[in-house]
This record gives sequence, structure tokens and C-alpha cells, in this order.
Amino acid sequence: MTNVGHNSGDAAASQRHVVTVSLPTALVRLFPGSPNQVQIEARDVAEVVDGLEERWPGMRDRLTDSRPSIRKHLNIFVGADKAQLDTPVSAGTKVTILTAMSGG
Amino acid sequence: MTKRVLILVGTKKGAFILDGDAARQSWQLRGPFCEAWPLNHVIANAETRTVYATGGNEWFGPAVWKSEDLGETWTHSSEGLKYAEGEEPIKCGWSLSPGKDCIYAGVEPAGLFRSEDGGVTWAHVEGLRNHPTRPNWTPGGGGLNLHTIIRHPGDGNQLWIGISAVGVFHTSDGCKTWTPRNVGIRNNYMPEGQQFPEVGHCVHSIAMAAGSPGRLYQQNHCGMYRSDDGGKSWSQIENGLPSTFGFPCASHPRDKDTFFLIPLNGDILGRYMPDAKAAVYCTRDGGETWEDLREGLPQEQAFFGVLRQAMATDKLDPAGIYFGSSSGSVFASADEGGNWKEVARHLPTITSVETLVVE
Repeated sequence: MTNVGHNSGDAAASQRHVVTVSLPTALVRLFPGSPNQVQIEARDVAEVVDGLEERWPGMRDRLTDSRPSIRKHLNIFVGADKAQLDTPVSAGTKVTILTAMSGG
Repeated sequence: MTKRVLILVGTKKGAFILDGDAARQSWQLRGPFCEAWPLNHVIANAETRTVYATGGNEWFGPAVWKSEDLGETWTHSSEGLKYAEGEEPIKCGWSLSPGKDCIYAGVEPAGLFRSEDGGVTWAHVEGLRNHPTRPNWTPGGGGLNLHTIIRHPGDGNQLWIGISAVGVFHTSDGCKTWTPRNVGIRNNYMPEGQQFPEVGHCVHSIAMAAGSPGRLYQQNHCGMYRSDDGGKSWSQIENGLPSTFGFPCASHPRDKDTFFLIPLNGDILGRYMPDAKAAVYCTRDGGETWEDLREGLPQEQAFFGVLRQAMATDKLDPAGIYFGSSSGSVFASADEGGNWKEVARHLPTITSVETLVVE
């Protein structure tokens, strides 16, 4: 499985932190047993995704595409800021995964 | 002995299953399944009774769904269903062909994938996208999608695929190399003198005649065609049809000369039933003549269309014919189109109809 967009720069050199990750209900429904909130140890958003994939195989493909990038109609926030896969996370940060307003 | 007949319905908001009795007179609707994802194709492996569905969710991307209990429970996977890093990501799955040895999946942007473990993991069939014409592949209004997969019944190395708006390709070496098979197909949207290109054809659907792998039927954006040489050449079979434009086509399960399609009122006037009166057209002589089958179908205010994968036959005798409309109705005939009944209505836009006879 592809390790999507992991940045081996500054974030990789830093320490892993436990962060709280909030998952949208539409995603949780696709993975029976997954919760709306989970604690993940990570240095950046890519490692958050790695951690989710480890717990619920297949979740990476729901969140990221092959460019590699966060899917176009999903947003991931680290704290209050919109993040990319190489956005670092720090201890106690809340990582929020949100579906975009879309559909019909 | 037939116990049940299932109509598998793909829609823009999930999969549905119509459970029918052996006589195909009583139908019960189940669904929506697959988390109401937009689906392009729902089909079953008749031997294993495994139901597969594919499509793509705007948020979460493409996946192939799978049910091993006739729709009661579902899993999903897209493990390996991706192009190389940096390429345009796959938007959705479009067509599935489950078989004894493997399952093929056609996707958008156009490409072919294969699963040899029942849809758990997928691998890209690279030969097709290596074709030298690929730089000239241009999407139609529905996207650059691989929407039709036809297997040769006796030769696992032979496959035909249809890509919109590129055309038909054939492989005889197990998907390593591919040859365009569009000779004789007309493209009305090219200038005079350039209307018969190698690729650039808006194939809408293809069907293989029963028991006759060399005979293919094609509903194209620009006409209706038959081939008797495996798609190496195509001939028009439009005389007697109300229009040359339509999307789905379906073969009779036993008679190679009997074939069904649903002409619409052309491509610029709404793409609904001609004169707003619904009809399935049938040929019993390979396309030389056509008759309209409309008993029981709406004969007024039928302002709906039928999409490319939304018509199917079953294998029973007499054959059942089924189609789903863009307005969410499913129509069924248990007597080869002689009489029709609306067996579901008010569903989301129907993208695909397939059947499964449970014995």
C-alpha cells in the first residue's frame, strides 16, 4: 500500500505526538467499529492517515488519492487551520476531518 | 429449477434489488444499499451469487462493493484501484465483469483493472492505457469512462471494451495489446472526410449475440451497428428505427438474431422517448427489421431516458427484459417484451440494470 505523501523533512525529524482525530459520520459508517474520535500518534497529517489505515484498512483510500493528496472534497484541519498531508501536528492538537459541502 | 429472479439496480444514490418470484410477476424492493453512493454498475457473478457494485463517492472516491448474501450485507474495497502516483486520480468505477477466473473493472478516467481474489484487491491492466492513441482520447459528456466490458465466452484472452468517447478496443492476448475496432463507425461530429477516424467514437454500449462471439451489436451516439467479425468491421442497422440515438442495448439469451434497444428522440432534443411514448425496439433478424414493443409502457408524457447500462435480459425461457429509467422507474417484461409492467417507481436516477436467476 502506498505511503501517501509523507514528508520526510522537518516533521519527520520531530517527535511523534498523540493527537485527537475527529472523523466525519459518513466515513465512520464505511468502517464498522470505527469511532467518531480516535487518538493517533503522529508527526504530521500523513502519519495520522497512516495510523487510521493501520486501524481500519482501506481508510487511506477514502481520505487520499493517488496524486497523492487529500481528496478534493474532503478537508482536514489541524487546529483551526486547513492542512495538507505534510502539515505537522503537535501534542494536544485536534485534527478534524470534514466532508465538504457538496452533492445533489 | 428457478426459485427467484433478482433485478439488480444501480442508481445515482445507491443500489437496489428487486426480488421476484419464479414467474416474474411479483416484485419486492430492497435497498438502498452501498451507503447510497452514486453507482454506475451493479452486477452478479451467476455462479457464486456474489453481487458487485461500483461507482464513486464525491467525498471518498471510487470503490467496488461486494455482497455475498444477495444484498443483505456489503463490504467495499479499492485496494490497488489506482493509477501510478502523479496521474489523474480515478474518479469512479463504471463497469464490472465478474467471471470464473477474475473480475474486470472499467473506470474513469478510462482504464481497466483486474481482481483475482474476488474483488478484495485490484491491479491495473496497463496495456490498454499504453495504446499509442491514448493522447487522442477525449471524454464525452459523461466523462472519459470505460463503460463496457465484453468477454469472449470460450477464450479468456479475448476481451472487447468500450470507452466514451473513444471507441471499441479488442485484445486477443490477455490484455497485453489492444486494437481499435471502429471501422465503419461514423462520427457525425467531425468534418466531412474525417468522419471515420481510428478512434474518437462515442460508443454508448455493446452487446455480444448469444452463442455467436463474432457478432456484436453497438449502440453508438451516431447510429446503430452490427458486426459479424468481432468488431473488425461494422454495418449500420438503423432502418425502421425512430432514431439513430440511444444508450443501452441487450442481446436475447439464446437467439443471436434477436436483440433489443431503446431509441431516444435524438441527441439535441432532450434525449427522451420519441414523441414521449415509451418503447423498446426489437429485431429478430439481426437488425434488418425492427418492431416496437410498448404494451404496458407509458404512452403519454414519457419524458425520460434510459442510460447505457440500464437494460438487461434474463436467461429464462421466454426471456425477461428489464430496463430502468432516468426518472427512477423499473419496467419488466416476462414475455420477451410482449407485455410490460412498472415494477418500481420513484427510485433515484437509474444507471444500471442487471439480472440474477437464483436456482
